[in-house]
Amino acid sequence: MSKENGVIYRISGPVVTAVGISPRMYEVVRVGNEGLMGEVIELHGDQSVIQVYEETSGVRPGEPVVRTGQTLSVQLGPGLLTKIYDGIQRPLPELEKTMGVFIKRGVDADGLDLEKIWSFNATAKAGDSVSSGDILGTVQETKTIEHKVMVPPGVSGKIKSIDSGDFNVTQTVCTLEEGAEIQMMQKWPVRTPRPFTKKHAPEVPLQTGQRILDFLFPLAKGGTAGIPGPFGSGKTVTQQQLAKWSDADIVVYIGCGERGNEMTEVLDEFPHLMDPKTGEALMNRTTMIANTSNMPVAAREASVYTGITIAEYFRDMGYDVALMADSTSRWAEAMREISSRLEEMPGEEGYPAYLSSRLAEFYERAGRVETLAGGDGSVSVIGAVSPPGGDISEPVSQGTLRIVKVFWGLDAGLARQRHFPAINWLNSYSLYPPSLDQWYRDNIKSDFPEIRTEISALLQVEAELQEIVQLVGSDALPVDQQLTLEVARMIREFFLQQNAFHDVDTYSDLKLQYNMAKAILSFQEESKKAIAGGAALEDVVNVPARTDLMRGRFESGYEDKIDEMLEAMNKQIADTMEAN
Amino acid sequence: MTGKEYRTITDVKGPLVFLNKTEPVAFGEIVELRLTDGTLKNGQVLDTSDDQVIVQVFEGTASIDKQTGIKFLGDVFKLPVSTDMIGRILDGAGRPRDGGPAIVADEMADIIGAAINPYSRQSPSSFIQTGISAIDACTSLVRGQKLPIFSASGLPHNDIALQIARQAKLVGSDDDFVVVFCAMGITAEEYNFFVHDLERTGALENACLFVNLADDPAVERLITPRLALTAAEYLAFEHDYHVLVIYTDMTNYCESLRQIGAAREEVPGRRGYPGYMYTDLAMLYERAGLVKGKKGSITQFPILTMPGDDITHPIPDLSGYITEGQIVISRELHQKGIYPPINVLPSLSRLMNAGIGDGKTREDHKSVSDQLYAAYAQGRELRGLVAIVGEDALNERDLQLLKFADIFENQFLRQSRDEDRSIGEGTLDYAWELLSNIDTKYLVRLDQKWIDKYHPTDKKE
Repeated sequence: MSKENGVIYRISGPVVTAVGISPRMYEVVRVGNEGLMGEVIELHGDQSVIQVYEETSGVRPGEPVVRTGQTLSVQLGPGLLTKIYDGIQRPLPELEKTMGVFIKRGVDADGLDLEKIWSFNATAKAGDSVSSGDILGTVQETKTIEHKVMVPPGVSGKIKSIDSGDFNVTQTVCTLEEGAEIQMMQKWPVRTPRPFTKKHAPEVPLQTGQRILDFLFPLAKGGTAGIPGPFGSGKTVTQQQLAKWSDADIVVYIGCGERGNEMTEVLDEFPHLMDPKTGEALMNRTTMIANTSNMPVAAREASVYTGITIAEYFRDMGYDVALMADSTSRWAEAMREISSRLEEMPGEEGYPAYLSSRLAEFYERAGRVETLAGGDGSVSVIGAVSPPGGDISEPVSQGTLRIVKVFWGLDAGLARQRHFPAINWLNSYSLYPPSLDQWYRDNIKSDFPEIRTEISALLQVEAELQEIVQLVGSDALPVDQQLTLEVARMIREFFLQQNAFHDVDTYSDLKLQYNMAKAILSFQEESKKAIAGGAALEDVVNVPARTDLMRGRFESGYEDKIDEMLEAMNKQIADTMEAN
Repeated sequence: MTGKEYRTITDVKGPLVFLNKTEPVAFGEIVELRLTDGTLKNGQVLDTSDDQVIVQVFEGTASIDKQTGIKFLGDVFKLPVSTDMIGRILDGAGRPRDGGPAIVADEMADIIGAAINPYSRQSPSSFIQTGISAIDACTSLVRGQKLPIFSASGLPHNDIALQIARQAKLVGSDDDFVVVFCAMGITAEEYNFFVHDLERTGALENACLFVNLADDPAVERLITPRLALTAAEYLAFEHDYHVLVIYTDMTNYCESLRQIGAAREEVPGRRGYPGYMYTDLAMLYERAGLVKGKKGSITQFPILTMPGDDITHPIPDLSGYITEGQIVISRELHQKGIYPPINVLPSLSRLMNAGIGDGKTREDHKSVSDQLYAAYAQGRELRGLVAIVGEDALNERDLQLLKFADIFENQFLRQSRDEDRSIGEGTLDYAWELLSNIDTKYLVRLDQKWIDKYHPTDKKE
């Protein structure tokens, strides 16, 4: 038998070495007199190396280390939504209750409220044969989300008894003939992906209401996206916009090593935000994990796993889940910090050699799947990356780009011009359009993909023309190219720029996006005609109705007015011809 | 605790002392070293095991020999705090430097500082008027924010910091700021400049200084900011003060961090700085903010000089990822003779939107700020073009924007060192007046309703 109790041999920051125990890799242990939570990350002769999730100052060699026999796990069940956790699923409001506004150590808190009574509504019945992942019943967890209670992985059999009624999460709601008792709460080790039947190709876009994302570089439900960008380029705002407006059923937001005030802003704001579809608070579908930059580094390392496990759990119920991780660079740095304390041989820039495989494993937990119960669920992962100096040749950005299918490249230059979202349309890409185009044709407009191609082609042409303009000035260009520049400017200022802080402009649905893009192309068309008919470019681009059309996007009801405004603009453009 | 004195030093390397055969020593424990001539030094445990203990010595390891006695004090580093600290000058280790008596402790506070539970924070949203237009209009500061000044050697960052310390106030409130000033490795000359200015304006009475000068031990710099922040937390969260913490120069702090890392033979990260520098800096910067149920606040103004004016250097880079924006000082503007030489384009205040607008500053603030940025950015870009093709190649719009860039720098940015502009009349109205040099039809960032309301009508077309 392996030994259960040992003692501390060495302490170096968050890394503690113990002797006298032989735990399993990734087993959770209790360290020191205060019983700090730690995880075994290396076995070395008779020494076990432990990363500790709490501050270690004051801990001495010789203090006890105790095995728990379990790997780092999260509690899954009703009560996850609307919660805010730290990196190891301790609810922050609970921590405030037990230790005040500053985070002290040695405090345990359950991820789920074990006392709270939920009304369980059985959908399976006695005599049914059930297996892992099958749905036994439902709980109305929040106003908008129905929580599905599932058979935990690894359990199957014939139902002996099942009851609707009021239970807390640890009471048995269902007994199988083989004797297994099923509660609403299940546990799952965070570093192991939850099982599913098979992965499907993503075919449905994740609608975000952000024009440049939805229209030019769409993400599919079950897809992966990376947002690298230097500080101040708007990563966090973009992530928060996605958390607010994307049409996922469930949102898991991981603030990993980020600013405390920023998390507070999210916490203050979310409960007041309304879901445009249901009219209910967005918080009802959201779980947050906040491990700010000054909280223990090992818990930061764990936070992304905690988040994705919760996301997978909701996926297994058949929901579309969107997970935002802000920022994966901080996660990678936590790995680097731990690795350097372990005196491991470093790879590039001091990061451990296993960095890219860890990144790949994480993003691979995304996907659209057929669940064990036969339903259809997805986890989409959007990871922010914070490359030092904004230079994406560094290991975390490169490791991410090798895996993700969508790249939203944030650009400091655009941010400086206050062009937001500061996503560079020339180097960003999405590999999903070919598999999504059919959906757009069926659900929005049959020529949606063609319009998109025209818009991005115009932006390409502009970039080439700009190089010439830099040398000779725009007046030296022929009129048709000057018009192209005007059209591209309209795409940038009217379509791509979107004000996240403006009540109306913050969200545009796909239909409106399509209409706006069409309006731009229509402007190009009509202007060409007018110029061919003798109108001056200056007059054409300055028709007042165009300014109205462009400013109109800040007014509510724009989707109903845009056609009218477009007509007015086209008419005024046609008039410029007659004036000459 | 034990009170035992060990004479078991095996190695001394840079600021580190290695010793063995001790009783179990706690990680982070405070250490007293007694040299053979009786001098006392202080240190802290960086690594501890049954076989070996590594101690970092704050005052440097000069004169330490193998006979030096080492005593473990059984506790982590604590600072005696009291409201009497206001008006005092202390050294980098928290001892009086002004010849006054020792601080009588009201409380002994752990200097590491626990992380504030993000759930217990309160969102900062009270606008602080600095009286400097560039900051108030474009990178507005709010109470509880951490907003560093990214500068470089030879630039007037100290003047700007002092001007902010002097002028900072909440509009429509009498609450004053207490300034906690933390000097890390600055020269005696710079130090005198600060002290004289604080004395001259009477601000010293409302300030508490922690001073580690360039010739003080480099390792001490690692604790100086922690002491300053501990004092700040005590004043803010125990005694309801609004505290403005100015620390200079973060670059010296990071150098010390690198020095320790190298002495411990750690695997270095970028440019030799330790891989944990992000976390370490976060543990300082994140000690800004407001906490639910407490009246006080901590606002931080770290000053750092970017080596080689390079904003991608690890020090400004990692800082920028933690702080809520940055104010960037520009050599180009400084050389044009503009004070304060703030380049608003790379500058940013992340908490600005929460602190401005109707009821806080003015309803048109956001629009005006966006428009100033956009027009100035385009104007500056056009300067490059003009250098190649000349002004003749520009159209009317571009000409106006080009001209605006000069107006913006010479009139909006430029102000004197004691000029205190109010946000409404001094800054925003002035911005409208300057923006009226551009045709309204080119002012696309301004809502029509603000144009109707604030555009100086006599110049309106």
